[in-house]
Amino acid sequence: MDSRRASRMVIDPKPKVRQVGFFTPGAPPERTKSSPAESLSSPPTSDMSPAGNSLSPVMIPPPRHASDNLSSSLGLNSSRVLPVPVPMSPIRRPSTGDNLNLPLGSYNPSESLLGTSLSPSSGFDDEGLSEDTSTSGWFVRGNPGKVASSFPSGGFDTTAMKSRNIPVVSNLTTVSHLLTKRKKGGIAEKGGTLVEVQHEQVRDSKLKEKTSKAERRALQEAQRSAKAASRAEGSKTAATSGGVTAANAKPAKAKASQKKEGSSVASSDRKGPEKDRKKDVPHPRMQFDDKQRVEKAKRRAVVKQTEARNRVELFRHLPQYEHGTQLPDLESRFFQLEPMHPSVYKVGLQYLSGDTSGSNARCIAMLQAFKEAIKDYTTPPEKALGRDLTAKISSYVSFLIECRPLSISMGYAIRFLKNRIAKLPLTFSETEAKATLCSDIDRFINEKIILADKAIVKHAVTKIRDGDVLLIYGSSCVIEMILLHAHELGRQFRVVVVDSRPKLEGKALLRRLVSKGLCCTYTHINALSYIMHEVTLVFLGASSVLCNGTVYSRVGTACVAMVAHAFRLPVLICCEAYKFHERVQLDSICSNELGDPDVIAKVPGREDVDHLENWANNENLQLLNLMYDVTPSDYVSMIITDYGMIPPTSVPVIVREYRREHLWM
Amino acid sequence: MDFQVVVLAGGTSKELVPLVSKEVPKALLPIANRPVLSYILELLEASNLKDLIVVVEGEEAAVRVGGWITGAYVDRLHVEVARVPEDVGTAGALRAVAHHLTASDILVVSGDLVCDVPPGAVAAAHRRHDAVVTALLCAVPVSGPSETGASGGKDKAKKPGRYNIIGLDPTTQFLLYIATGAEVEKDIRFQKSILRAVGQMEIRADLMDAHLYAFKRSVLQEVLDQKDTFNSIKQDVLPYLVRTQLRSELSSNGMSQAEENWNGKVASQDNQALSSQQLPPGMIPTVPSFHELYAFCPNGSSPPKRTHKCCVYIASKGKYCARLNSIQAFSDINRDVIGEASHLSGYSFSAHNNIIHPSAELGSKTTVGPQCMLGEGSQLGDKCSVKRSVIGRHCRIGSNVKVVNSVIMNHVAIADGCSIQGSVVCSNVQLQERVVLKDCQVGAGYVVTAGSEYKGESLARKEKSQS
Repeated sequence: MDSRRASRMVIDPKPKVRQVGFFTPGAPPERTKSSPAESLSSPPTSDMSPAGNSLSPVMIPPPRHASDNLSSSLGLNSSRVLPVPVPMSPIRRPSTGDNLNLPLGSYNPSESLLGTSLSPSSGFDDEGLSEDTSTSGWFVRGNPGKVASSFPSGGFDTTAMKSRNIPVVSNLTTVSHLLTKRKKGGIAEKGGTLVEVQHEQVRDSKLKEKTSKAERRALQEAQRSAKAASRAEGSKTAATSGGVTAANAKPAKAKASQKKEGSSVASSDRKGPEKDRKKDVPHPRMQFDDKQRVEKAKRRAVVKQTEARNRVELFRHLPQYEHGTQLPDLESRFFQLEPMHPSVYKVGLQYLSGDTSGSNARCIAMLQAFKEAIKDYTTPPEKALGRDLTAKISSYVSFLIECRPLSISMGYAIRFLKNRIAKLPLTFSETEAKATLCSDIDRFINEKIILADKAIVKHAVTKIRDGDVLLIYGSSCVIEMILLHAHELGRQFRVVVVDSRPKLEGKALLRRLVSKGLCCTYTHINALSYIMHEVTLVFLGASSVLCNGTVYSRVGTACVAMVAHAFRLPVLICCEAYKFHERVQLDSICSNELGDPDVIAKVPGREDVDHLENWANNENLQLLNLMYDVTPSDYVSMIITDYGMIPPTSVPVIVREYRREHLWM
Repeated sequence: MDFQVVVLAGGTSKELVPLVSKEVPKALLPIANRPVLSYILELLEASNLKDLIVVVEGEEAAVRVGGWITGAYVDRLHVEVARVPEDVGTAGALRAVAHHLTASDILVVSGDLVCDVPPGAVAAAHRRHDAVVTALLCAVPVSGPSETGASGGKDKAKKPGRYNIIGLDPTTQFLLYIATGAEVEKDIRFQKSILRAVGQMEIRADLMDAHLYAFKRSVLQEVLDQKDTFNSIKQDVLPYLVRTQLRSELSSNGMSQAEENWNGKVASQDNQALSSQQLPPGMIPTVPSFHELYAFCPNGSSPPKRTHKCCVYIASKGKYCARLNSIQAFSDINRDVIGEASHLSGYSFSAHNNIIHPSAELGSKTTVGPQCMLGEGSQLGDKCSVKRSVIGRHCRIGSNVKVVNSVIMNHVAIADGCSIQGSVVCSNVQLQERVVLKDCQVGAGYVVTAGSEYKGESLARKEKSQS
């Protein structure tokens, strides 16, 4: 009974929050509003207050406000911010809102999101959390903003919000955070999250130095209460789960020091071990504004990488190299790179030169190359096939990454292959093992890509009716297959191919479509709003679909989806399920790929239009050629995948239910 | 990387007649006192290609080349020397060693190539496009002696006419047409089908075929087997492959080539469901070459046409690349290797930008200018002057001798008061007093009598060659 009420309370605000969220084009962004108005208009806070009754009201606002402040600054550059409007104290805002947190902004999310995305998301479900909140009242009270804000936007947003909130919450409720984890996810997940929490604390301590006295005091108060709550909780869980004492001990110790010296000292106290931990954990994605690491990586690198000059400041964490120099250098050392298998080398060259692009094609090319490599592989004496081959594959992968950053879908394929290698029975002979792996790879390509595409085509064709005008953007092979299939079925429809510079991928697609007898219109993305009037349906491809329903795709897709949304047109995303990813990404900044800036500076075929000649010599000019962008799930009507047509909110279900068992079978 | 290397070292070329002889086949002609073959061998060695097949024309030449390689590269390279009869041509030479070839791709290099273009680059371009043949093209070297030797070689340098016509696609990656200077008479014929498929062709006359090719082995063997009349790689095999690239007749390659866009020989090897029919055309590389466009596009109903790709790798401007195929080229390369392309020679230059072997003896008031080389044990008398020249080992040069822009090989005796300009003097030649040579070639063992003057002549021992 109690639980029902609690969960209800949380779920209730859902529609309202949706309305005021940042996605909806009509609604004004809360950020610009003054804080009193916000607190008035925000339903969740009013909902929260009864729950937080037993607490003194002083404790609640600071952490919540700080966390939201942080996340809003993170989201500054994206359309997506926490959907919950939060009261902000007027004193705090100017000091921390932008100037303090911004430098972290481009840096934070990828780490926190990547690090946690795997562990919590896998074992996380809505009921678990809601029950939790109900049974342990302190949790709700300890970080009410978190729970309230995370729920409305669907189950999977919770992970993102959670990890985001950690920076502030962790100081006070480290234990509670871990405890809830432990209850739900099990002990195995603890390691990753613990480190994550500590990660955030380092940054947090920075943040803290600038907080006002009142703020610190409020923090302290909140911590004390949280500690009291966790003590009661801790005694309970200690009985149930035995293996958690180590984790318990650490926060407890930290708590003790907190008590003595206050929060700021405590956090500085913890810095030492945190750093050590940090080293142990491999970075999920390298941050290229970290000079030391970049230097280190360069020394290992096979491909000569000259860092491009004039990089855009906001995207410094992404790799960008002088594009002209890499290919000739790699080519000239063709024979020196002995350990690289020729087929892998070839694929790398094709990535680097852009001969192979598109995530399906790249993934297939990579897998085929690995298959060739496995066929030619012989286990060196005194080594186990499982280990040595995994190391080999890893070296191939790092070579391919140097040629071009992996697409998200390829990560899944690599994980699959490594997993298959690891799961090989020890009794297998080498030839048996190789044959198994090769057939596994073939099966992966067949099931996950080719058959998946067929399934998608079958589903999608049902959505095309006579008289439709379909708008497509860029060049996606699935969409091409859909169109051709619909044409074969005799549907009468027209296609609008929208294209964009610099790649002009649509041209090749257009050529193929026209040659098959389809009626097409070709336009550039500039004319999108004009052409959208006549369109009835929008089909888009995707490089990946992330767990919060965000579509990660060729740059420009978000724009197309947004305009279509404004015209109230259905936007259908066609994406194979193997491209779904556990990650949650709210903006296209933290993880993206930078293309060759020279390409946008030049106009193909027009040598005379060369106004940006020698642009690299001008310090004031930075060109940005982004490869991908992120389409928020609000603009997506439906995702067509091999398991059927699903709403964007169901992506996590696919990831959880279908993918894991495939990976671990 | 699954490459095999065949070096075509040739025999005694007719074009180099006074310079080459039975004792000194073309491959052993000295460039900066090193046989020309050593340049390509060292380039290959630097590229980690240590398993070579060297094909030599003529028995005697084969013995000499083989002997030299054993002496010089005994521990460094694994070289097999194959002997073929003379006048079989380059294609014939390859035919002779075809049964030794097992790797999937073959690198065919001419032994008279002096260049610093990494062969790996050619091989990489070959692999990247999965081409049937990839040729290295380089800028035509500036012929004739440079500024100082204004008088030298005028007549030779002025002979144009030997243009190579090379047609490339707009991305300058594929070879659409190739004709060597000799074949080009008045008009050249292009194929409409290729032009139509590509849309745009770039015709270059400033490029030269460097005789470094990467071939797909299966194709090479098939072509050599089927076309018995093919004699030369450059004039027969390469143009044939280029001509037929859109209507491939190669059975061993043709079918798989069409699918080998990215999925290799899957269809043929596995019975799994990965044949080309199931792969949608959209899955081919998103930047397809015109071959794929041509093969897949027309109407879709007809089966994909069989095509193969002929690629080129164009050496960048900074690279040096030259072939020793004429007397002019011989002096040019000698000059360049000591001069502007000095990194090729492998010698360390002195402060005066020249190389004088420590055992060489110089008389008083003798000057050796920059970009000169003096071999081991050579002696120069008083008041000599050497400019931009290479002097071999154990030469005895008298007093008051001028050597400009010339190549003097080993064991040459030059008496007092001689003047040698723009000439090549082979081994064991004797020049008696006050001989004046200008733009001459003196064959091995020739004796030039005192006081004679020659200009633009080729001197060789007639009676020896006749007998």
